[in-house]
Amino acid sequence: MQVTAEILENTALGRAAVVTPDGEVDMHESPRLRSALMDAIAGRPAAVVVDLAGVTFIDSSGVATLVEAMKLAKAAGLTLVLAGMNDKVRDVFALARLDNFFRLAGSRREALGV
Amino acid sequence: MKKEEPEPIVVTNLVKKFKDQTVLDGLNFQVNKGEILVIMGGSGCGKSTLLRLLIGAMRPTSGRIEMLGTDLALLDGEGLDALRKKTGILFQSGALFNSLTVGENIALPLKEHTELSADVIGIMVKMKLEMVGLRDFEHLKPSEISGGMKKRVGLARAMALDPQIMFYDEPSAGLDPIASAMIDELMMDLNKKTGVTSIVVTHDMGSAFKIAHRMILLFRGRAVAEGTPAEIRASADPLVRQFVNGLPDGPIPLRVSRKDYAEDLLEPGPERF
Repeated sequence: MQVTAEILENTALGRAAVVTPDGEVDMHESPRLRSALMDAIAGRPAAVVVDLAGVTFIDSSGVATLVEAMKLAKAAGLTLVLAGMNDKVRDVFALARLDNFFRLAGSRREALGV
Repeated sequence: MKKEEPEPIVVTNLVKKFKDQTVLDGLNFQVNKGEILVIMGGSGCGKSTLLRLLIGAMRPTSGRIEMLGTDLALLDGEGLDALRKKTGILFQSGALFNSLTVGENIALPLKEHTELSADVIGIMVKMKLEMVGLRDFEHLKPSEISGGMKKRVGLARAMALDPQIMFYDEPSAGLDPIASAMIDELMMDLNKKTGVTSIVVTHDMGSAFKIAHRMILLFRGRAVAEGTPAEIRASADPLVRQFVNGLPDGPIPLRVSRKDYAEDLLEPGPERF
């Protein structure tokens, strides 16, 4: 898994941190996603968008990592959006009965308006 | 959803002997990805031995077991450990640690085998308990819940590391009919939703016909019948009919000794007294 992060000013959500994991988010890799998410939240943007379009596999540790990020984002008063997940990834969220727990967007562009 | 696509399990000419007793006698079968294969057979047919061989707890006398594309015989201790992380086992007893809470029992494999943070593990424990319908029981000890619930917790723990293959050893043993039906439902539900390939060893016919995609009947260490539940039910083979209908008379004898009784009694044995 590769993970990149960038800050975008003036999006539809305001100042947004975009975290983009790419590849497989499994038990071994999800701690790296976690630290990228922690860093993004610590930067106090108005929103964090996790662009999942490049994620080909996610396991329950990856889902739990995103749940934790949601918890931290909520506590910090910022918006967290999951964008662009494919159907296979969405199934994993559905299995955990968490498909309605997150704010979802079809794509990064849809979430950010840019 | 899986990352790799080799056949989950391929068993070729598997033989297991204990001294001069042949327990498995040239077994061949394959388990397809995402299917529930039920291995049936009476006591002493070799099904527990087969399960031990499949989980790598025992080495075969000859033959080959390939799991997720790897020949078990080629693995050292470390390799077996890595493979075991991709498989889950629901033991007959549930095998929970009584000194730990339900949640701690489920967290254990995650703490041992991953670098995940305590917070993420805490969330995963809740997710796994939700999967088996027991989220409210996280802080109880195994002694404070029923046998059926213990088994469900055992299932949640076996699923902790998101295994690709699940082994179930007599999942309905010791359970009342309702608890047993619940475990059946959970096995089917998990298989359907996670696509986990499942191998179930059982002599419970009701459960076997309900959950199986395919069934194998073992008798004297050989697979004597194989097919879908409908095929097995329709089988005219007297052995299959006897087993499926639970009849005492038929090709499956009451006495399983292969040696002649008189010969055995008269055989000069080692000096014992």
